[in-house]
Amino acid sequence: MTIAENAPAPAIVDQEEATRARRARINRIAKWTLPSLVMVLSILAWHLYVTINEIPHYILPGPVLVAQSIVNDWELLWPAMLTTTRLTVFALILAILGGVALAVAFTQSKWAEMSFFPYAVILQVTPVIAIAPLLQIYMDSAFAAALACAWIVAFFPILSNTTIGLKSADHNLEDLFTIYGATRWQRLRLLAAPSALPFFLGGLKIAGGLALIGAVVAEFVIGRSGTGLGLASTLLEASYRFNFGRLYAALILISAMGVVIFAITSLISHLMLRKWHESALKRE
Amino acid sequence: MTPIRERPPLLTMSHIEKTFAGEVVALKDMNLTVNDGDFMSLLGPSGCGKSTALRLISGLMHPTRGKIEWAGGQGSDDLGVVFQEPTLMPWATVAQNVWLPFRLRGTPYSAVKDEILEALKLVGLEKFQTSYPRELSGGMKMRVSIARAMVTKPRLILMDEPFAALDEITRFKLNNDLLELKAAIGCTVIFVTHSVFESVFLSDRIVVMAARPGRVIHELEVDTPYPRSEDFRTSSEYAAHTRAASEALGEAIELAA
Ligand SMILES: Nc1ncnc2c1ncn2[C@@H]1O[C@H](COP(=O)(O)OP(=O)(O)OP(=O)(O)O)[C@@H](O)[C@H]1O
Ligand SMILES: [Mg+2]
Repeated sequence: MTIAENAPAPAIVDQEEATRARRARINRIAKWTLPSLVMVLSILAWHLYVTINEIPHYILPGPVLVAQSIVNDWELLWPAMLTTTRLTVFALILAILGGVALAVAFTQSKWAEMSFFPYAVILQVTPVIAIAPLLQIYMDSAFAAALACAWIVAFFPILSNTTIGLKSADHNLEDLFTIYGATRWQRLRLLAAPSALPFFLGGLKIAGGLALIGAVVAEFVIGRSGTGLGLASTLLEASYRFNFGRLYAALILISAMGVVIFAITSLISHLMLRKWHESALKRE
Repeated sequence: MTPIRERPPLLTMSHIEKTFAGEVVALKDMNLTVNDGDFMSLLGPSGCGKSTALRLISGLMHPTRGKIEWAGGQGSDDLGVVFQEPTLMPWATVAQNVWLPFRLRGTPYSAVKDEILEALKLVGLEKFQTSYPRELSGGMKMRVSIARAMVTKPRLILMDEPFAALDEITRFKLNNDLLELKAAIGCTVIFVTHSVFESVFLSDRIVVMAARPGRVIHELEVDTPYPRSEDFRTSSEYAAHTRAASEALGEAIELAA
């Protein structure tokens, strides 16, 4: 249509190109409509299943009940969500600071890497759920203990990705920097850091999700003793009281948080790489 | 242009030996004098130590034995380098890439804006200052790499098979441009290549190396004056020089066999 409007001479229509353009247009729309449709249909199926089979709400609450819970319990859910968000975001920020700082230290000193990297791995492979009770004992504040849990989980992908990234600079560029007498600082800032950026951002995407998982695990373990942490504590409490509407409401909010975190980290990654990195290129 | 014999020496490699990991003898008793103003090609079979020789000259490595003496004793801090790949920073624009040699010496962009623009003009890319490397073709990237090597107007430019990955049309074009650039900034060039044709077209001195161990076995002069035009490629002179260089290279290959 636009072709006809813009071009004075009759445009040559390449069959392949036209098909491709049409496909691309359909894909663009389908990318959003299909998942939305799936969601609507699943909710509907869930609703029908619950009402037709008359499932009691303490076994599976219907979507209407869950929606009601979100609205009615908002006073309770909202502060809980804020707490979980704060926990996740703090943990992620600390993971970024710690992971990047340690990665830089590792690349600046081989000795530091040899000495400490194995322990970073040990920290990572030890299930956090096993560490959480200890943290709770040793740390006064439940929030700090939960934060430490979430941090342990989130920091490793940042550390390992950034460490690899900092070493991934093109060897010829390294040589060029040597020839031009670059200082350590210039090498780090102008060569290693930009080379590491795509790796770091990849790690960030993983760490964002893990920080939330860490926060949830920590709340399960630490928030149990009535310290009233965030959404996961709320969820657990609701399950004790057989308040399944609230349980599902909390669950849905947690997964919404996960989606938002993923969307934000993906957006950051896209914005930072779109100008130059292959992963951000649109290929025909 | 000063005849080769009257040029003052820029650097002298004497009895250079380079051994890797205690067993691979990459260079042995290599002797070479590079004069100020030479366009010198290093020609030789794969593995004869051409890249190693350049790395020694650039100071990236040090010889196991022997020494490299620079005229005036100033060392290798006034260098430009071009690799086989363009080796640009993908996250930086064309202008920022060309700025790099200055930047690493602590010179702010604004102080060398004009030099950067001039270098880009010389390689015909002044319109692409704000483009990113991925937006350029292979030949254009190589031009940026060349602009970066010459933006500081160094005394010596080292090039390690810079055009080997390009198609022939682009390579011919870049050969011509390179000669113009060299004339414009009046530097010395050491140019590693596998191509007899390229070495004859570009250089006034061809150094043929043999492998195992790497050393210089022949030195040829191409006395055709610059500027050299495309016509040179089809002249009988060119044919004669290529024949001589091919024979020398053939000998180098036979020695290794
Ligand atoms: N870092 C290294 N460690 C061990 N051996 C090396 C190293 N660099 C080069 N060599 C060896 O030294 C010899 C010369 O290598 P060099 O790269 O200088 O050859 P070249 O003439 O540049 O070859 P090509 O034309 O293939 O680029 C080769 O046998 C190579 O395997
Ligand atoms: Mg080589």
